[in-house]
Amino acid sequence: MNDSHISEVPSPLREAWVAFLRNRAGVFGLGIVGAVILLSVFGPLIYPVDPFEIVAAPLTPPAENARVPLGSDYLGRDILSGIVHGARVTLFVGGAAAAMTVVIGVLVGAAAGYWGGRTDRFLMRMTEFFQVLPALLFAMALVTLLSPSIPIIATAIGVVSWPAMARLTRAEFLRIKSQNYVIAARSSGAGDLYLITRVILPNAAAPLIVSTALVVGMAILFEAGLSFLGLGDANVMSWGLIIGSNRDYVIDAWWTVTIPGLAIFFTVLGLSLIGDGLNDALNPNLRER
Amino acid sequence: MQALANLGGRLLSALVLIGCVIVFNFLLINIAPGDPATVIAGEMGGASEQVLAEIRAAYGLDQPMLVRLGTYVMRIATGDLGYSYYYNDPVADLILSRLGPTLLLLITGLGIAIVLGVWLGVLSALRPDSPFSHLVTVFSLIGYSAPVFWTGLLLIILFGSAWPIFPIGGIRDVTQSGGPLFHVFDVAHHLVLPALTLGAVYTAQYARLCRASMLEVLKSDYVRTARAKGLRTSVIVGKHALRNAILPVVTIIGLQIGQMLSGAVLVETVFNWPGLGTLAFESVLRRDYPTLLGILVCSTVLVVIVNMLTELAYRLIDPRIRAAGGAG
Repeated sequence: MNDSHISEVPSPLREAWVAFLRNRAGVFGLGIVGAVILLSVFGPLIYPVDPFEIVAAPLTPPAENARVPLGSDYLGRDILSGIVHGARVTLFVGGAAAAMTVVIGVLVGAAAGYWGGRTDRFLMRMTEFFQVLPALLFAMALVTLLSPSIPIIATAIGVVSWPAMARLTRAEFLRIKSQNYVIAARSSGAGDLYLITRVILPNAAAPLIVSTALVVGMAILFEAGLSFLGLGDANVMSWGLIIGSNRDYVIDAWWTVTIPGLAIFFTVLGLSLIGDGLNDALNPNLRER
Repeated sequence: MQALANLGGRLLSALVLIGCVIVFNFLLINIAPGDPATVIAGEMGGASEQVLAEIRAAYGLDQPMLVRLGTYVMRIATGDLGYSYYYNDPVADLILSRLGPTLLLLITGLGIAIVLGVWLGVLSALRPDSPFSHLVTVFSLIGYSAPVFWTGLLLIILFGSAWPIFPIGGIRDVTQSGGPLFHVFDVAHHLVLPALTLGAVYTAQYARLCRASMLEVLKSDYVRTARAKGLRTSVIVGKHALRNAILPVVTIIGLQIGQMLSGAVLVETVFNWPGLGTLAFESVLRRDYPTLLGILVCSTVLVVIVNMLTELAYRLIDPRIRAAGGAG
């Protein structure tokens, strides 16, 4: 280490990355999520069996028929193909819903925290409203009355999940806006928009990134729940749909629900582990431990 | 006086919330594809032209939007949640008949989660580096990541054939009869698996939360003082620390009750538990919109009530808020 060269000081991002790599659970989570992403991108190319096509006898157990390595469902459709093709839908809906959640949450939270006063009171009341709503019933009504298409489902999940994000953003904005560097920027003539997007938001990024990882996991669980209830897009295979459509046969055919459930479980677990890992890596107070 | 004014404010915002949900329902009926009359009748309700004409007249569908909104809100305010053409029953009656099982499931699940979650959290906070503590951490991660309906189905696989000691569906055994005591036992027996499934998710969360806040509290000055006085650990934890460590759990119960109701919808569907959740699921299948929207309104009311109750509980546990007249 040469102290006289400023360029040798690692950037905060690099430092956080190095700290993250030291967290074994976090790296494990990153491995799982990376694998699921690869599966969703390349899986259907490598394993092109149509998940809706009937390829074997109904309820064939795993490892009995080479055409259906993970067994078949109640109609004789390939479970492995469902897992491979379902990854895409699960990640896409989870990602889109999480993006929606983050955008609404950060906008509302930033406005409330930055302007305070009456704006804050109004926005926080609104947030409280959405926070206590029975989210699943709300989304069920939205999806049933409109249409069970992917954009509507992602919107429904986003609309019911943003409050926690808004509260977190608000808390960070309240904390940061009275810091000296913000006051300095303001007194040198920075406008509201500049202060919010260039000064405060980057400094609030760490906890927001951590909770984004958790939000994606929550959105995936939510999507799985809706698909399980038969409220997913019926034209695309998803992990929740496999579980929901086979649930009447669960006692005779454990694999039809256990395998897709494991896929959901590990994906969400991976995201939580990444969230925990990021939390430790981005929080300088914890890093020393 | 301050406390009373606060309660008034709470009540007002609760009413506003319920009003918002009613307006949301109204908008949903109106932006849904198709004629609002068919939406109200439920698409598969076998609504004849005559029924549709009745609905149009009753809901004043030829009136301007705002007038219709007024009528709609008034109807619901007087307890008229509409009519289910599928069940051929008023929606309010349907919901009342299903409310009991849902409340039973929610309260039992919540009870399991609070007792077990706080217990696990406190024990693991007392020995933060023990294997037990790590086990609790792993358990909370699993509980957080596993879809609740999947956990339920796994229990059904386990107890359905391999180890059939608990019933895996319904609320009572219709093939047997007995006295009231038998009935209570029967329902409790059927309740075990659904309540455990629902409770497990929140046990995991409360354990994690309670562990964190207990660790924090145990570092505080008053705990050190209590130790210096020579109090036994059980007294320090039970009488001093627990009260403070449990506050975040109480807060989150109020905030999460809506989420818990969502979990109950899934758990009820898995176990065919005859509550509001299965009713909601069935009304989705049958496109019975009045029932679905009625459940949404009623469950919002339920959530609001529970929220107020948890706030009350918070005041009982935390004397600082009581003394400040509810300034929190």
